[in-house]
Amino acid sequence: MGGRIGVQKTHKLFIGGNFPRSESGRTFPFVSRDGAVVVQAAQASRKDLRMAVRAARRALPGWKERSGYNRGQILYRIAEMIEDRAETFVAQLALAGSESTARREVADTIDLLIWYAGWCDKYVQVIGNMNPVAGPYFNISTPEPVGVVGVIAPFEPALLGLVGGLGPVMASGNTAVAVASPDQPMAAVAFAECLATADVPGGVINILTGYPAELAPWLAGHMDVNALDLSGASLDMTGSLEEASAHNLKRTGRWAGPERNLYRMAAFTEIKTVWHPKGR
Amino acid sequence: MVADRPIPVGGLLHESLRVDTSLPVVPGAGVGVARWEYEESRENPDLARIRDRYGLWIGGREEEPLSQKWFSSIEPATEDHLATVAEAGQADVDRAVAAARAAAPQWAGSSPVDRAKLLFRLARLIQECSRELAVLDTRDGGKPIREARDVDLPLVAAHFFYYAGWADKLEYAFPGARPEPLGVAGQVIPWNFPLLMAAWKVAPALATGNTVVLKPAETTPLSALRLAELADQAGLPPGVLNVVPGPGATGAQLVGHRGVDKVAFTGSTEVGKQIRRRLAGAGKYLTLELGGKGAHIVFEDAPLDQATEGVVNGIFFNQGQVCCAGSRLLVQESIAPEFVDRLRRRLNTLRVGDPLDKNTDIGAINSATQLQKITELVESGRQEGAVMHQPPCELPERGYWFPPTLFTEVSQSHRIAQEEIFGPVLSILTFRTPEEAVERANNTPYGLASGVWTTKGSRILWMADRLSSGVVWANTYNKFDPASPFGGMKESGFGREGGRHGLAAYLKGVG
Repeated sequence: MGGRIGVQKTHKLFIGGNFPRSESGRTFPFVSRDGAVVVQAAQASRKDLRMAVRAARRALPGWKERSGYNRGQILYRIAEMIEDRAETFVAQLALAGSESTARREVADTIDLLIWYAGWCDKYVQVIGNMNPVAGPYFNISTPEPVGVVGVIAPFEPALLGLVGGLGPVMASGNTAVAVASPDQPMAAVAFAECLATADVPGGVINILTGYPAELAPWLAGHMDVNALDLSGASLDMTGSLEEASAHNLKRTGRWAGPERNLYRMAAFTEIKTVWHPKGR
Repeated sequence: MVADRPIPVGGLLHESLRVDTSLPVVPGAGVGVARWEYEESRENPDLARIRDRYGLWIGGREEEPLSQKWFSSIEPATEDHLATVAEAGQADVDRAVAAARAAAPQWAGSSPVDRAKLLFRLARLIQECSRELAVLDTRDGGKPIREARDVDLPLVAAHFFYYAGWADKLEYAFPGARPEPLGVAGQVIPWNFPLLMAAWKVAPALATGNTVVLKPAETTPLSALRLAELADQAGLPPGVLNVVPGPGATGAQLVGHRGVDKVAFTGSTEVGKQIRRRLAGAGKYLTLELGGKGAHIVFEDAPLDQATEGVVNGIFFNQGQVCCAGSRLLVQESIAPEFVDRLRRRLNTLRVGDPLDKNTDIGAINSATQLQKITELVESGRQEGAVMHQPPCELPERGYWFPPTLFTEVSQSHRIAQEEIFGPVLSILTFRTPEEAVERANNTPYGLASGVWTTKGSRILWMADRLSSGVVWANTYNKFDPASPFGGMKESGFGREGGRHGLAAYLKGVG
């Protein structure tokens, strides 16, 4: 038995800025492509999900009241954290695929975050506008965050897909509960660790590892969730999730890939129109 | 034309009828009552040019219903039969969707400038037939002619003008996106603003290159059918706009139809949720404009004369049958007694009766069903302990009527403070601080519209940021304009109608 024995990380959930294990005590295994690495990741339960929604709701007022400038800095800071740990991410992602693909995915993730970071203090100008009404009224329409967004991240690309869902949601001032890809839970956990060191206020982003098939229906039916990104939901699940979402008329959307998309941000905003008369 | 002057919604119950407290008070007729006699000024009902029978409008012409069913449209002010209208069944909806499908590629591929010109022409035709259409909606729906004439019709024409101009400018509307129509839009509209709701739905859909199957409300199908004729007269290709009257079942057949790519619905939250469930997993585009329980917040520093008019307009416009009606008054505690007094005085001057009389402020309730719903909710208010105030007013013997009604001593948990009444009934609550006003205003599942009255500018903006509603009217209420997006948050639906944002509901990838 030569050499040093490494210390292995426990892969936990990310709720309210903390890293708890699942209250259920359950874990599920990740096995690398070659079978050499086996990791136990926390398998989130319905109760974990409800705690996460609560944390997201509590974090919402503070997050949406921050200036776009400040939110942008925080998103940029997340990108810095990922860049700093790029090799770790690449190594983790490569356990399930090729190294070159993993390297590209990490680079794309960082660049995508930078893109959304820059939007934070601009999207209101592009998505909102003054309205030239036929009368002596000041009339303006501006986008506001829809609230708490549930994100079902695609199975792959695990990191880029997760960030492609969370970037637009965060940038527009929402808070989120994400169900990460069960195929590569390590990337989601490492991303959560980046969030925790990037001045993201606790609860703004909550990340659950586990099985989307188990968690998504609870998320879709939760009355304190305002919108759903169903990009990672299988097609046969989408129907029942949309049906469950009808109870409080959640806004739902689905995107084919994590491409840069201003309108994916717009999808998680509500246009508010304010009128006021003009007069002496 | 509405250009260069305010849309005269505020004109409701306005200048000519302002309470003049210097007038002698009629003893025994309630607080500070001033009553005038009015010379009747009745619009000519024949201007509506109502025919005996109306078929379906499919593929550019009137068609007999394959369903072989017909129904009667009633004049709510008299309960008289107005016209016999074809009821679209499944086979008819199939035909209409097929006509819209067939017309879709050519319409989507047509020159945007031509689309614009056809819609401009339609807008002009609507202006030219404005008087006829106003009388038509008043007779079919029961709304005061003054509102149909001064609000609905100018806005209908303005909507077509506004969206006509977008038709050839879509690439400027959404930066970085390529505008592409969705295909066939199935649209289901309510009875409270029959032609205006049709315009809100049809104008943006056609401007963006979609084709339409429109299902007007069962109680008010006539103006939508007339609109289809005008569209035809304007030169719109056959199949671009189809109209299939019928009951809720027809609407269900339309929204569930495989050939429909996009569903747009305006109506109750309950039906909106049913539609959402029905379309789950279908991959269709959907926008919903649903119910509301608008909070009208009056601070102690508000300009009280104007606020009184605003609150009255907010709840009694169109008999309160408005999704964004300011049906909950939140008045600051310090001025509550005085403000309620003002409202009660003002109520006494409202004229309820013949919708065709140009003096009328409050017309007929749209249907017996709606009247029953209002009556039932008002009864619940009394039973739950709220105090009801109604002015003495004589209601016509026939027709569907409900007097303007205030409730004081309302608590947040009362049904009349939570449920949409869709009638001329105002529930009055109080608050002490701005924080409490926001908390109370947002304490409903709805989020369509709210109003704020205060002279303090910073407070308006502070409130506007915090009110969970798609529209905030500050020191005004019930203002509408085709350039201004309208639509709800939370359970008041999703998507916007009007303005640049209204285009997103009919284009791919920008909503």
